[in-house]
Amino acid sequence: MPFAPCLMKCEALKVLSMEEKANIVRVTGVTKTFKLGKINVEALKGIDLVISKGNYISIMGPSGSGKSTLFNMIGGLDKPTSGKVYIDEVDIAQLDAYELAWLRCRKIGYIFQTFNIIQVMTALENVTLPMVFAGMNNDAAVDKGMQLLELVGLGDRYSHKPFELSGGQQQRVAIARALANDPAIILADEPTGNLDLTTGEECIALLKRLSQERGVTVISATHDFKMLNVSDQVVWIRDGRVDKIEDREELSISIGQIGSRE
Amino acid sequence: MNEKAILDDISNGSGHIQRQVRLPFLKSLEISVKSIRVRFFRSLITTMSLVLAVSFLSFVNVGNDVANGMLAAGDPDLRATLIRSGYDIGPAETSVGSSAKQRWIVILSLLVCVVGIVNAQLMAVTERFREIGTMKCLGALDRFVLRLFILEAGIQGLAGACAGALIGAVFSLINAWLRFGTAALSAVSLMSILESVAIATGVGVFLSLLGVLYPALVAARMQPVEAMRIEQ
Repeated sequence: MPFAPCLMKCEALKVLSMEEKANIVRVTGVTKTFKLGKINVEALKGIDLVISKGNYISIMGPSGSGKSTLFNMIGGLDKPTSGKVYIDEVDIAQLDAYELAWLRCRKIGYIFQTFNIIQVMTALENVTLPMVFAGMNNDAAVDKGMQLLELVGLGDRYSHKPFELSGGQQQRVAIARALANDPAIILADEPTGNLDLTTGEECIALLKRLSQERGVTVISATHDFKMLNVSDQVVWIRDGRVDKIEDREELSISIGQIGSRE
Repeated sequence: MNEKAILDDISNGSGHIQRQVRLPFLKSLEISVKSIRVRFFRSLITTMSLVLAVSFLSFVNVGNDVANGMLAAGDPDLRATLIRSGYDIGPAETSVGSSAKQRWIVILSLLVCVVGIVNAQLMAVTERFREIGTMKCLGALDRFVLRLFILEAGIQGLAGACAGALIGAVFSLINAWLRFGTAALSAVSLMSILESVAIATGVGVFLSLLGVLYPALVAARMQPVEAMRIEQ
């Protein structure tokens, strides 16, 4: 049993090295302008970014730097004022409502700071909902939902309503839900923002494990420095522009500076 | 949907974008019923205005049915009783219609009821912005959201209108019994009462659906980002 995770990990690594060149997300020249009354506010001032498959990416930056806006663009939740966002080399501005819904349903899993578990449904129903949208029959969806809940360590709490779960448990339900349709990308918007230190770390470890075992690309917007240790790549956003992009190797060298910088 | 189709879906799934997302009707019904059950007290209050308006409509109509039944019995005593209790019946008339004043009051009460439903449903939509946004992030189409809200209103409308129509009819019959005695009840035809109850129920369901249309459209057209941006 202890060997199983290692085996899966090795397999995942093999897959990774094979597809290392594949880009899952490509962002070119994206700008976004919001109208606040009569003033135009430029949240993004031209972002170019390439994210390769299977990586764990953190988008870092202070509040108001535009990282949530960028995050919404990548997730197809918002349209850029100019520039293009490609997911799997498909320009998402060209998609109609049906295709966009399909993309959100099957390709992308979302995790939010505020968990956003649907309050009227149990944990299991929350996890199975995306599978229902994807057209899976009910029994198969329930089976898979239970597996996913066990994966995140909530197998015995499937019938609980959100208000009966702690913040960390709710976020784990959200992670299970994000994995429901085996997405290629998991987008996490400040996943640890509303969690305490330990639960936050647990959630980060869970995300990292999933990204390694399943080869899922995890993109998280965050200003939580705990995220840095597990990231393959950190994208620093400052003032609507990419400040710098650091790989894991560079990070471990400069980690002292990061601490001192903020 | 069978397993092979799912496998086909999965094998086609990688690499390009498809169009199928679905929400089976039974599943949407299940979600709607669940939402109503969770917010039962709230739904009850929303439905209450409908119950009252529909029961008033039903009360008036059944009252007229009773009067018509008494006229049709052809008994001059009953006719005299009716005229004495305020019905405006000419010597040649064989039926009683609702008076213009009565119609206006009924229409007004129904209008007030629709405005109340629109108001309550708009509040419900605002309350559920986040839920709607989340569903859209999980791949729900506009019409899934629309369908959920219309189903909910339909169920509420049906329950409320049925209850209202029955309550109105019962009170109308009790009223007739107190005013005219048992003769009135034996004269009235069951068919016409059932018809009045059915009409009142139908009107109630229609009004409930009419009232939810605008709020549901607002909910369905919302972009997921807007829904998420709202602090709750």
